Amino acid sequence: MIFIFSNMVSLDYFLTLSIILFSIGVIGVLIRRNAIIIFMSIELMLNSVNLSLISFSSFMGDSQGQILVFFVMAVAAAEAAVGLAIIIALFRNKETINIDEINILKW
Amino acid sequence: MPDINTILFYIFAFLIVSFSFIVVFAKNIIYSAVSLFVTLFGTAALYILLRADFLAITQVMVYIGGILILLIFGIMMTTRITDSEIKTTNLSSVPAVFVSAGVFVILIIVLLTTKWNINPPVENDVTVNRIGNLLLTTYLLPFEIASVVLLIALMGAAMYARKK
Repeated sequence: MIFIFSNMVSLDYFLTLSIILFSIGVIGVLIRRNAIIIFMSIELMLNSVNLSLISFSSFMGDSQGQILVFFVMAVAAAEAAVGLAIIIALFRNKETINIDEINILKW
Repeated sequence: MPDINTILFYIFAFLIVSFSFIVVFAKNIIYSAVSLFVTLFGTAALYILLRADFLAITQVMVYIGGILILLIFGIMMTTRITDSEIKTTNLSSVPAVFVSAGVFVILIIVLLTTKWNINPPVENDVTVNRIGNLLLTTYLLPFEIASVVLLIALMGAAMYARKK
């Protein structure tokens, strides 16, 4: 591999970055009311978890964590396809993707 | 003088954090999508810094080539771009910030109090071989199940999004 950086940044830096990203994703899910933005925030959180898994895997010298990231990506792709299909179906029925107005399951 | 690794890490970390703030707080949803693009690219760069070259490429192909395009299609089909979104009520934002700060503090405490088991990283290591071997030996069953999951998700998405 071409990237021959001899000493790596320590694990704590990557984990802190991952924690910050996860918290931003949590804020996004809780305060935004647009379904697609909530969706993007979930992708942010998935991404931060992937980052922490890869840093663990890399700092342990073990590839199994990267396999887990691979499966997370596959499930995220499936989730994106189904989630957006549901959002489009909702928009067709209710003419909105504001989740405060999508309360037909609430009585 | 910090080494090149640290400098690159700080540059990408700054990019990722600032653009993920834009993803969450931007009024215009298209800005959110474009910022998500930058965030995902920055994460791919950090994967390369962590010597996960295969996953960096996969990140670019799956997230940026697949999910983000799908998201932009979703935005185009569900919102008029000229509309600005109605602002969130302030009622829910203060507890939300508290919850998020709580999550942050708990995770930081976990990070500081755990002793991580760190091995010295292997120099000039290519992960593609080992990932391929693991996927076709130890993780063969999850690999096949993942392909079935993708197929079912494809059919389900087509069924939901179709006009009745």
